[in-house]
Amino acid sequence: MNRHSILRVVAKLMIPYILLFALYVQFHGDFGPGGGFQAGVIFAAAFILYALIFGIENGRKVLPARINRIVMAGGVLLYCLVGLAGMFLGSEFLDYNVLGPTPVAGQHYGILLVELGVGLTVSSTMIAIFYVFAGQDI
Amino acid sequence: MISANLPILHVIVPLIGAPLGLMFRRSPTGAWLLALIISWFTLADSLALLLIVSGGEAVSYEIGDWAAPWGIEYRVDMLAAYLIVIVSGIGAVTMLYARQSVEAEIPRDRIYLFYTMYLLTLSGLLGIATTGDTFNLFVFLEISSLSTYVMVSLGAERRALTAAFRYLVLGTLGATFYVIGVGLMYQMTGTLNMADLVNRLPEVAETRTILAAVAFLTVGIGLKLGLFPVHVWLPNAYTYAPSVVTAFLAATATKVAVYVLVRIYYTLFKGGVFETLPVDEILLALSIVAIVAMSAVAIFQTNVKRLLAYSSVAQIGYMLIGISLATITGLTAGILHLFNHALMKGALFLALGCVFFRIRSVNVDDMAGLAKVMPWTMAAFVTGGLSLIGIPLTVGFVSKWYLILATLEKEWWPLAAAILFSSLLAVIYMWRVIEVAYFRERPAGAVSIGEAPLAMLVPMWVLVGANVYFGIDTDLTVGTARAAAALLMGG
Repeated sequence: MNRHSILRVVAKLMIPYILLFALYVQFHGDFGPGGGFQAGVIFAAAFILYALIFGIENGRKVLPARINRIVMAGGVLLYCLVGLAGMFLGSEFLDYNVLGPTPVAGQHYGILLVELGVGLTVSSTMIAIFYVFAGQDI
Repeated sequence: MISANLPILHVIVPLIGAPLGLMFRRSPTGAWLLALIISWFTLADSLALLLIVSGGEAVSYEIGDWAAPWGIEYRVDMLAAYLIVIVSGIGAVTMLYARQSVEAEIPRDRIYLFYTMYLLTLSGLLGIATTGDTFNLFVFLEISSLSTYVMVSLGAERRALTAAFRYLVLGTLGATFYVIGVGLMYQMTGTLNMADLVNRLPEVAETRTILAAVAFLTVGIGLKLGLFPVHVWLPNAYTYAPSVVTAFLAATATKVAVYVLVRIYYTLFKGGVFETLPVDEILLALSIVAIVAMSAVAIFQTNVKRLLAYSSVAQIGYMLIGISLATITGLTAGILHLFNHALMKGALFLALGCVFFRIRSVNVDDMAGLAKVMPWTMAAFVTGGLSLIGIPLTVGFVSKWYLILATLEKEWWPLAAAILFSSLLAVIYMWRVIEVAYFRERPAGAVSIGEAPLAMLVPMWVLVGANVYFGIDTDLTVGTARAAAALLMGG
């Protein structure tokens, strides 16, 4: 069990930073390069690294396929619901201006939520693809 | 709120329904109900849209309130509304039919995936017809295509997987070519919005970049619509997909691709593209080969689904002939046939779904004597077949009438003769099936079977009835098609 101890230690050290970097890319997307897609891929990379080093079984314990599937659909739904919210507040689909007290604040909330939806779906889809290729059912 | 958002609701409601469908993992009936309700909602929405735009005014919708050339604009004109009605109408009828057929053909634990994919396809196809943005169109093209590949691969036989994979390779090639074409147009004009492209394209229409763009767009969309030499994905995909999927795809997916081609030629380039590049002559030549050769190939098929698939390639030839004639009558015939072919192929494939439901096969020989035990199903098949051939009082006759009228206007007699000859070939391939089903005895020792369940018969007969109804009362279909054609030619 204790073979590859260097890999295990390095992976343990890296994974929190990868996750943190993913969150940075996610939430800094409004101000600099980044956004939900890139963040989702980086976030998924941390999971995939964990599963590669510590085994698929342990990876599935951290994130069961059932939850992963809910997150996958939930991200898309979040995106759509933000769009619908604009519609219900009396404007057009995906109009963020009406989401906040001022249009600028509204745009801010809107893009934050939409990118969060993208991030959730992309990361869980990457993980699902990895599970499938690793020989497991999603 | 509803009325202001009509031009987008039919796209986003199925899109939201798709992830919701994943909840119904253990309840196939729940997933079916969700898909059914959403399909009928989109039909209601699209009929309302058709009513609004039938005055001649297009409806425009700016997503996120971003003004048109910069933001994504949805634009529903007569042609778009007409197509949206075809897609959502066929979707509504096939969903009514789907429950038992899907339960019989798709493993129970995957049924919820089928309905999820169906909703995504519906959203994608409706989006293609609605959007006024060339890149957004590509996105919807991919949404509908990717989910279609999954639906094809759900077929019971393992060969469905290779059919789906082949469709995936060629379909991706088509989408790539389309996006290369859009990229080239963007390079020359700096815009992706269709209404904006219309104004900016004439200046650069003669440049080599735009000519290359037209070539890429034609080949790319040609791959998607099953244009004759690049149709090779179509027969296998239609044959091995589940019956409901085949009926839905045959009646909608290729039609939407034809619509995209019409949009490119007549809206973006205002028909001027035919003067700089002989795409009309190329399409015409390929279509003539398609209607004769593919009908001839259909005669030799033993699998009836595959027979109808080859017939579909031939029928797409009719639409493209109408479009490449570049006259109002020709365009009317092409657009009219979009609707009429959807009705006849929908009815025929639903009838085959009923046959498969009972005898678990769609081979000609296995259908011997079937008319005695399944009279209603086979009667529907015969009526659909008559419509396909083009017998008066069916929609097929109306399409062919206008198509031949258009060829005679140009005094292209050999073309009219080719169309009639290919109709004769259709008589032969339909007759092969009808003869076996009606005039042969059921083999001794065959399992005794009954008529298909009522829940499948009724939707099938709705489509058969539409074949006859729109063959007699042509005001709605011909009127809309002619108005759309006049707008395209005059606009």
